Amino acid sequence: MMRSSPALLFAGLLAAGCATSTAEPGAQPAPEAEPAAEPFASTYTPLPSRPTLIRNATVLTAAGPRLENASVLLVEGKIVAVGQSVTAPADALVVDGAGKWVTPGLIDSHSHLGVYPTPGGSAVSDGNEATSPNTAQVWAEHSVWPQDHQFELARAGGVTAMQILPGSANLFGGRGVTLKNVPARTVQGMKFPGAPHGLKMACGENPKRVYGRRNSSPSTRMGNVAGYRAAWIGAAKYRDKWKRWRAKGGGADSTEMPDRDLKLETLAGVLEGDILVHNHCYRADEMAVMIDIAKEFGYRIASFHHGVEAYKVRDLLAAEGICGSLWADWWGFKLEAYDGIKENLALVDEAGACAIVHSDSPSGIQRLNQEAAKAMTAGRAAGIDVIYEKAIRWITLNPAKAIGIDDVTGSLEPGKNADVVIWTGDPFSVYSKAEKVYLDGALLYDLNDPSTHRKSDFFLGQPVGGMTQ
Amino acid sequence: MRQATKQRAGRAVSLSTATCAALLLTTAHPSLLDAQAIAITNARIHPIAGPVIPQGTVVIEDGRIAAVGPNVAVPDGARVIDASGKVVTPGFLDNASTLGLVEIGAVPGTNDMSTSDDAITAAFTVVDAINPLSTLIPVTRVEGITRAVVQPRNGSSLIAGTGALIDLGGDRVTAMLHANPTAMYAVLGESGAGRAGGSRGAAVLRLREALEDARDYASNRTAYAESRRRDYAPSRLDLEALVPVVEGEVPLAVGVHRASDILATLRLAQDFGLRLILMGVAEGWTVADDIAGAGVPVVLAPMQNIPRFERLANSHENAARLDQAGVNVAFATFDAHNSRNLKQLAGNAVAYGMPHDAALRAVTVNGARIWGIDDRYGTIEVGRDADVVVWSGDPFELSTTVENVFIRGREMSKETRQRELLERYRSLPTRP
Repeated sequence: MMRSSPALLFAGLLAAGCATSTAEPGAQPAPEAEPAAEPFASTYTPLPSRPTLIRNATVLTAAGPRLENASVLLVEGKIVAVGQSVTAPADALVVDGAGKWVTPGLIDSHSHLGVYPTPGGSAVSDGNEATSPNTAQVWAEHSVWPQDHQFELARAGGVTAMQILPGSANLFGGRGVTLKNVPARTVQGMKFPGAPHGLKMACGENPKRVYGRRNSSPSTRMGNVAGYRAAWIGAAKYRDKWKRWRAKGGGADSTEMPDRDLKLETLAGVLEGDILVHNHCYRADEMAVMIDIAKEFGYRIASFHHGVEAYKVRDLLAAEGICGSLWADWWGFKLEAYDGIKENLALVDEAGACAIVHSDSPSGIQRLNQEAAKAMTAGRAAGIDVIYEKAIRWITLNPAKAIGIDDVTGSLEPGKNADVVIWTGDPFSVYSKAEKVYLDGALLYDLNDPSTHRKSDFFLGQPVGGMTQ
Repeated sequence: MRQATKQRAGRAVSLSTATCAALLLTTAHPSLLDAQAIAITNARIHPIAGPVIPQGTVVIEDGRIAAVGPNVAVPDGARVIDASGKVVTPGFLDNASTLGLVEIGAVPGTNDMSTSDDAITAAFTVVDAINPLSTLIPVTRVEGITRAVVQPRNGSSLIAGTGALIDLGGDRVTAMLHANPTAMYAVLGESGAGRAGGSRGAAVLRLREALEDARDYASNRTAYAESRRRDYAPSRLDLEALVPVVEGEVPLAVGVHRASDILATLRLAQDFGLRLILMGVAEGWTVADDIAGAGVPVVLAPMQNIPRFERLANSHENAARLDQAGVNVAFATFDAHNSRNLKQLAGNAVAYGMPHDAALRAVTVNGARIWGIDDRYGTIEVGRDADVVVWSGDPFELSTTVENVFIRGREMSKETRQRELLERYRSLPTRP
C-alpha cells in the first residue's frame, strides 16, 4: 500500500529537461536545476529505544485473534515477536503486562491538530484556505504548528500516527500529511517517512454554503459536481502534457517543457495513483456520485470521511474497496448529518468494507478507543457480531490502510514498526487509559512517569496548564 | 400547528410569574401513568439516597416509587421485571442542554436556542420554544436520560434569559415542566467580553448595571410607569425578569471559565446577595476552595481538556477536585444531539478521580438540589417520581445497554427515528 511519493514521481517527470530550462521573468517558475526529490522531506528519526519485552498481557494485534498471557518483543524500533512463548534477549527491559492490554498505536485518519492548534483563535486558524473552491495547491503540512499541545493530549490517548487534513470549505481543500505523533521542532521532523500525501475533497453543504454566500460557484450540489469534473479535465490535460513531453525525451527542446502548476500537480498526482483521495461526504447519494466521478476520470477514493449515511451504501463501499472514516455517534448538526445512526460503523464493517473511527476533533482523538467501544456496543445491540478483534482495527489497521501506511504500522506483526500501547485494562472500557505509548520502540509517554508528560513551548512559564490529565 | 391547537389552556407561564415556578406543574399528567404496578426485582439498586442494595426490588405505582429495598413484597397483579444481574438507578439529568430547542443545528428554522433581539434578553424564556416532539428527545431518553435542563444560549446580549427543567416523557411542554425558571443565564469572561465591547471588565459592569436597575425598578414600579424615574438600561420586560434574581428567588447562572472570572463572579454575587450557580468553570479546580466557601454549586462538562486562553488550566480532573473540595457538582453536556453521552462524561470523571457514587450523584440528585426538585426527583426513595432506568450493567460503562426507561412511572418506548432508519437499512434492497 505504501506508494512512491507523488513529489518524487513528478520530480522524475521534470528532471529530464531541467538542466537546460530557463525561467522567464514573471512566468511560472520552471525548475532550473533538478528539484529536490521530495520537497519538505521527512527528517524524522526514531528516538532512542532499548529492547523491550511486554509480558503476560492480553494482546489485540489487529491482525489475528486475541492472545491471552502473551508477550510482545520490541527491538530496534520494530516488532520482533508476538505470542505466548517469546524469549527476550538478555538486555531486554521486561515490562509486566499482567492485567493489562496491549494494542497497536492508535491512528486517526482525519485530524486537524496543528492546523487548528491550541490555544486557538484566528492567529493560528490555518486549516481552511477558503479563498477558492479549488485550492489543491495548498499543503496542510505548511500550516501545521508542531508546538500544538493537542499532539501531547492525543499521545496520552494512545495515538501514534495521524493524517492532518485541510478543512472542508472547498471542493478541493489541498494536500493532507501523515505525521508521527512525536515531539519535534519542525513539521518535517514529524512527517511519516514514505507516507503518501492525501487530497482532501468535500461534498455537500460546506462548499456550496461557503461559495454560494459569496454569490459564486458552487452554490448548489450540481455546482459542486461541475466543479470537480472541470478540475479533473484540467488535471488530465496537464498530466498528458507532461507525459507527452517526457515521451519525446523530456528536454530535447526545453521551450516545450510545460510550466509547473502546483494545483494541477496535486490533481495529476491523484490520477497517477500517488496521492490518496480523502473525500468528506455525508450523504449516501453523494457518495455514489463521487464514485462515478472517480470512475469517469480514473482515480480511486481511499476513504469517505464523516459518511453518516455510509450504512445506506455500504455495499458500494465494499464493492469499490473504499474505507469509511466515521464517527461513533455524531449526528444532526446539519441536515446532511440528520440520518446518522450509532450502528453505522458496525453495518459498514459487516458489509465487508473498511470501517474506521476517525475523530475530526481534538477531544475525540484522545478517546478513539471509547468511540470505537460505543460503536461496537451499538452494533451488538442490533445483532451485529462485533468482536474486539474487529473493533480494534477500526482505530489501527483500517486507518493505516486508508492513509497508506499499513505495510509498516497499524498491527502488531513481526517486522512492523513498534508502535504499541499498553492499556491499564480493557481498551474499550471507559475507565481504561493508555499507560505506556511506544513509537518505533521508544517509550514516549508513561502515565505513571510525569517526566514524560511533555508540555508544548506555549505552556512553559504559564502558572497553570498543559496537563495531559 | 397540530400541537398549538391542542395546547391545554390554563397552564401558560406568565412572564411575571417566575417566582411561582416551583409550584408549576409538578402534578403528574394522569394519562402518562400506567395503572398497573410495576416491580423491578433482583436488581442491583443505586438508590442514591443510601448505600447500594446488591439485590433488591423497586415497586412503581401511580407514577411514584412505592417501595424499594432488599425485602420488598411484589404487589398482587404487578408487572414483574426480573432484573437479575442488572443495575437500577434514577433516570439521569442533563443539567445544561438545548434539547427541544434545536432539531438540526445548521437549519435556522429549527434552531431556537438564542435571540439576537436586543430588546429581549433577560425576559427570554425557553418554554414557549421547546418542541416536545423533537426527534432528539426519544433518541436521548432511550439512553437513560430522563430529564434535562433546557437553557437558552446567548445571542447578542450577555444575559440569555431563563431556562426550564423538563422530563423527556411527554408530548406537551406544560406537562413536562418541573422547574421554571431554573435560573437566569448569563455569560462573563471571554464570552461576556465579546458582548460588552471587548473587555471582561465592561461585561461585569453591564451585568451589575442590569442588576442595579432591576433592584431600583422593583421598588419604583409606579414611578417608572409614570415616567418619573431615571432611565434603565434593560427594557421593561427584562427588568421584570430580573427582579426575582435580585430578590434572591431565581438563581443567576453564569458561564465562566478562567479562575479570575470565577472569582469576579463570586464577588458580584456576594455584592448583590444573589443565588449563584457557576456554569462551565473549566479552571474551577484552581479556585475550588473559594467556590466551596461561597456555597456555590457548579454545572460542568467533565471531559473538556482542550486548552484555550481562558481555560489554560483545563483538566480532566476538574470534576473530581471540585467534588473533593466539597462543591456540589452537577454534570451537563451543554449540547442537544450529544446529550445522550452524559454517561460517558460521567465515566470519564470517574476515570480521572471522581468516586463512582459521586459521579452518579452528579447526574441525578446534585442537579435536583440545584434546581429545587430534590423532593420529587434524583433518588429512588418512596414517594419520589418514578424516573427509573434498568441498565445491563454499570451505567457509565461503554458496553452497557439500557433495558427499560421509566419516566414518572410510565415505560418509554424504544422507538426512535434512528431505530426506524436502522430497521429500514438493516438489509439493503437489491435495487440501487
